[in-house]
Amino acid sequence: MLLYVGQRVALFVATLLIASMVVFAVMQILPGDAAQTMLGPTATPEAVAALSHKLGLDLPAPIRYVRWIGGAMHGDLGLSYAYGSPIGPLIASSLAVSAPLALMAMVLAAVIGLAAGVYAADRRGRAGDAIVMGFSQIGIAVPNFWLAILLVLVFAVTLRLVPAGGFPGWRDPARAIAALILPAIALGVVQAAIVTRVTRSAVIEALNEDFMRTARAKGVSRRAALWRHALPNALTPILTIMGLQFANLIAGAIVVENVFVLPGLGRLMLQSISNRDTLVVENGVMLLALIVIGLNFIVDIACAAIDPRLRASAA
Amino acid sequence: MTLSARFRPRGGLSLWLGATLVAVLIAAAVLSIIWTPYPPTAIDIPHKLAPPSHAHWFGTDNLGRDVASQILAGSRVSILVGVIAVGIGLAFGIVLGLIAAFSKGLVEDGLMKLSDFMFAFPALLLAIMLTSTFGPGVVNAIIAIGVYNVPIIAKLTRATANGVLSREYALAARAAGRGPIAIAVDHVLPNIAPALIVQATIQFAIAILAEAALSYLGLGAQPPQTSWGKMLADAQNVLYNAPRLALYPGIAIALSVLGLNLLGDGLRDALDPKLKARS
Repeated sequence: MLLYVGQRVALFVATLLIASMVVFAVMQILPGDAAQTMLGPTATPEAVAALSHKLGLDLPAPIRYVRWIGGAMHGDLGLSYAYGSPIGPLIASSLAVSAPLALMAMVLAAVIGLAAGVYAADRRGRAGDAIVMGFSQIGIAVPNFWLAILLVLVFAVTLRLVPAGGFPGWRDPARAIAALILPAIALGVVQAAIVTRVTRSAVIEALNEDFMRTARAKGVSRRAALWRHALPNALTPILTIMGLQFANLIAGAIVVENVFVLPGLGRLMLQSISNRDTLVVENGVMLLALIVIGLNFIVDIACAAIDPRLRASAA
Repeated sequence: MTLSARFRPRGGLSLWLGATLVAVLIAAAVLSIIWTPYPPTAIDIPHKLAPPSHAHWFGTDNLGRDVASQILAGSRVSILVGVIAVGIGLAFGIVLGLIAAFSKGLVEDGLMKLSDFMFAFPALLLAIMLTSTFGPGVVNAIIAIGVYNVPIIAKLTRATANGVLSREYALAARAAGRGPIAIAVDHVLPNIAPALIVQATIQFAIAILAEAALSYLGLGAQPPQTSWGKMLADAQNVLYNAPRLALYPGIAIALSVLGLNLLGDGLRDALDPKLKARS
């Protein structure tokens, strides 16, 4: 296990390094001068040059890259060109919205997806299975931002149960969570449809295994065999897909946050793009990459902990 | 296999429902090139937010534009983005996948590691980065979605091509002195085509969703171009006055994506019965 974890850690660090280089390289192609953007179109060339020098923008790219990574390690992400404030707190405050949102959506997707998937596998080929699978096809086809708009239409505009958008802040946790419920549903339902499909096929595969027959022969009830034997054995592919899907969930959050006017990471990124605030975009994309790569790293380790065969095959 | 057995409709309901929906989508796009009830971008303020009527089937939007005409014109953008983005994915993905399958060793490992890495970036994130670099617009959205398709196709090509290359007929062709390109064209591509067609259909659906999301955010289609995603963004501004405007483009997107996914499922069952047993 230790060897496996070691390999995974090395791969994780290497992937992060490559990711940071790619993000940095892409951002270098960006047309326009950050110093010019900060000072506006009327600034003199001397002023622009002076600011470039002060920000270290006139240094060669490799040195700027090392400075960026070095700063990030100390939590110093630099200054936002548009807001003139440190990027760290800017991103932290947006994460205070986006992280709980992503978590709520993922929990929702896991609960609905696992339950519906196990149910469909149990009823394989019967009406219940067909209905669940039909819904999951529709769930995958519906764009999450359209579902978000429909939810606003029904629950905010027509029924007036929840606010149509905005975020009151965490000082009032009840209202903050209320503001995140509709966005989390919009994000979670699509993911739930995918988790349902994966769960169904993984559980069907496990149901055909010999140990299931043994469990039933030993007198374990159908239900207990399903939940205690089939599901745990089906968990590895389900976890893997959920890890991969998390990247899509985060990308979806960028759009859904926009529907609900939530001050999350997605909105921060979009605003920074329109402001040409490259340093914020660079750090934001890197953070998203870190979350996605990190989560897949955790999923790998979790899968190896659940299924010892994976450890053996890696060594 | 007798002729009648080969042409028996397989794939069942998914295939036919999917094929019908996709046919409607293509027909709408073709029709919109030669005819729409009104010019899709013609502004008619006196008749803004008109309810559905004989003159305007789906009513008009906040600028008096005919919604039915916009839906028809929007299908063109969706198809265009899907075709080119999947085309980019297939063109580069198949070549890279074949190179990986034929070369083995370091080149194969390197290419596959690169693909794994690119998997971590969802289409939308990549598109946002690219549009932030090169500016918003349909072309950049297409490139971004196309680039996202490359590693997916490359991985699939490599995996399926490796299966073909280990078969006797491929080994025999190699023993007979045929070069890698000849083997790829004569033996590998025809055998991996079904898997690629199925995957291309699914990537097409993802491309339509990604384009809609980008255009909704204002990073895709730019005015005066019409796109379903942009229509949804416009509809959201008048959600209180004309909620129905948020329905039509969403239904159009969902039906297109549903059609493509069903077609993909149906094709997989029809082209490769072995896969059916597994899923």
